[in-house]
Amino acid sequence: MSKSLFDKVWEKHVVLAEDESHPATLYIDLHLIHEVTSPQAFAVLKERGFNVKCPEKTLATIDHSTPTIMDENGEPLYVNAQAKKQVNLLLENTKTHNITTHGWDSEHRGIVHVMGPELGATRPGMTIVCGDSHTSTHGAFGALAFGIGTTQVGHVLATQCILMRKPKSMLIHVQGGLAKDVSAKDVILAIIARIGVGGGTGHVLEYKGECFTAMSMDERMTVCNMSIEAGARAGMIAPDQTTFNYLEGREYTPKDEAFQTACKAWAALKSDEDCAYDKTVILQAADIGPMVTYGTHPGMAMPIDAIVPQAVDVAEENALSYMEVEAGTEILGRKIDVVFIGSCTNSRLCDLRSAASYFKGKQVAAHVRAIIVAGSEPIKKQAEAEGLHDIFTAAGAQWREPGCSMCIGMNGDIGKPGELIVSTSNRNFAGRQGPNVRTILASPATAAASAISGVLTDPRSIKLGAYNEL
Amino acid sequence: MSFDPVISITSTTLVLPASNIDTDQIIPARFLTVTGKEGLGKLAFYDWRYEKDGSDTDHILNTNAAKACQILVAGHNFGCGSSREHAPWALYDYGFRVVISSEIADIFHANSLKNGLLPIVIEKSAHQWLLDHPSENVHIDLERQKVRLPKNGGTYSFKIDPFSKHCLTHGMDEMDYLQDQIKAISAYETNL
Ligand code: SF4
Repeated sequence: MSKSLFDKVWEKHVVLAEDESHPATLYIDLHLIHEVTSPQAFAVLKERGFNVKCPEKTLATIDHSTPTIMDENGEPLYVNAQAKKQVNLLLENTKTHNITTHGWDSEHRGIVHVMGPELGATRPGMTIVCGDSHTSTHGAFGALAFGIGTTQVGHVLATQCILMRKPKSMLIHVQGGLAKDVSAKDVILAIIARIGVGGGTGHVLEYKGECFTAMSMDERMTVCNMSIEAGARAGMIAPDQTTFNYLEGREYTPKDEAFQTACKAWAALKSDEDCAYDKTVILQAADIGPMVTYGTHPGMAMPIDAIVPQAVDVAEENALSYMEVEAGTEILGRKIDVVFIGSCTNSRLCDLRSAASYFKGKQVAAHVRAIIVAGSEPIKKQAEAEGLHDIFTAAGAQWREPGCSMCIGMNGDIGKPGELIVSTSNRNFAGRQGPNVRTILASPATAAASAISGVLTDPRSIKLGAYNEL
Repeated sequence: MSFDPVISITSTTLVLPASNIDTDQIIPARFLTVTGKEGLGKLAFYDWRYEKDGSDTDHILNTNAAKACQILVAGHNFGCGSSREHAPWALYDYGFRVVISSEIADIFHANSLKNGLLPIVIEKSAHQWLLDHPSENVHIDLERQKVRLPKNGGTYSFKIDPFSKHCLTHGMDEMDYLQDQIKAISAYETNL
């Protein structure tokens, strides 16, 4: 029987098949952990006297509660003692259990979903979990990757397995190539707007079509990252030469001959021509332009130059009034207060380069705070080597230490009540970026263009200053 | 065993009628820096229950009668938003063993089952009856998958995954079940 990429990866990892009375036992190849969703899991291990079964298949970082600013001695400025305690507990727990951890002293530390791929720890055909819903990011490599709760973090630590019923499958076929100045973020926002925030519930998505094969790995990660915002468990893209080129030479990637052998096996990880999906959605890439959200969930998204649609129910009415947006009006040109460029959705080099091309030789509007946070230490270092940070700071933007930062605001990086933020992150829920703060999700290009003009701006209307003219 | 088995429960209900109560309301993100589960009941619905200075509001959740309720009846689409497991922990620690609504968000539903909190999605008419009759004694029979409403309110069935039901009624959590498979897991590993 012909199989999808998802079927192939799933079947290879089934320890015990599901039946009526119990879910499948699924083996996990890589378990990523961070400070927020692991402490209670380690506590359960201790309480019951279990060890970590495979420390070598577990990889830790600190990212959510970590500050993005340091004091004068270079020490992290924690928002409060509890955040510091949480980070230190992760460092202690991972030390006790011999788990490789990228803490403050690591040159690889970063947002968990940025770091894994960068290290080559994320590879095609793997099962990857993390106590974080945006684990779907790793699906860009043809891995089956999804978020789990803290209880399951404990299960994986103790048994390297989770219990799960097999999700359904859904094909997202985007036909044709993208127009210039349209980014991966616009593509995924367009997909979510089309299928809705619940459209992928219970499904694993597979993204297929020229639109995705033409994308870099950075861009594919942006797409897969937000699969969860359509309600999906995971999103996957079949690995190809772009994937192999990205992985070659990275720390965990097999070397030399082993790499060639691995590439051959990875190349077989694609859906059979005639395989069946539970659902199929087809979009035309040419129809997609820069996208923004106008409400309080990622499905309330529209082309940046469109008119805000009528609310369809009370929840949408409440969303519009929270955003102070009126149906039937434009949102383009609205005055903004803050621009945040970062998060596991858009904090990679291609995002920073894109943003820099708008900041170059310009000034951030006087009333706007622009905060730029690289996704990891290596990205920060590379961006600095390319002089991007000079472009940002010369424009008056803040260049911070890597971490989740304003995406969730757990570290104190939040907006003030009433502020409007154009953010490259993935969730625009009420209060996500601070009590009563409003969020517009957009691409790095849209965010950067808006920072300069001080109002929500269509990046296609701004002349670029290519950063590499430096 | 990490939670008390749920077999049958008879308790008065606490009614929170608002729709779309998200996990940020159940426990705000700023409390996610906690490193334990203990005491989270005090933080449940924090912004509803406490004034800026930390003193109690007159919210129903602060009454002694509420603290004796094991059944929470909530408005449509309860538990939406972020996947934080802190939400069911907080409700369990507060004293709830059952949550009833006409719709319960997926991840919250799954997280609840893993933590000894029984999520019940019930048909609209019964849900409305419950919303209209706060503080009544309601009987839940997990074995037969029935909710019995007093005062001729009727008896209603609910669905539950058979495996989750087994775990709940035996107070067995999935960790115990996985531990029983550790040999099979090791055998799988030797073939890797
Ligand atoms: S950047 Fe945001 S979405 Fe990504 S892991 Fe951090 S908090 Fe979660």
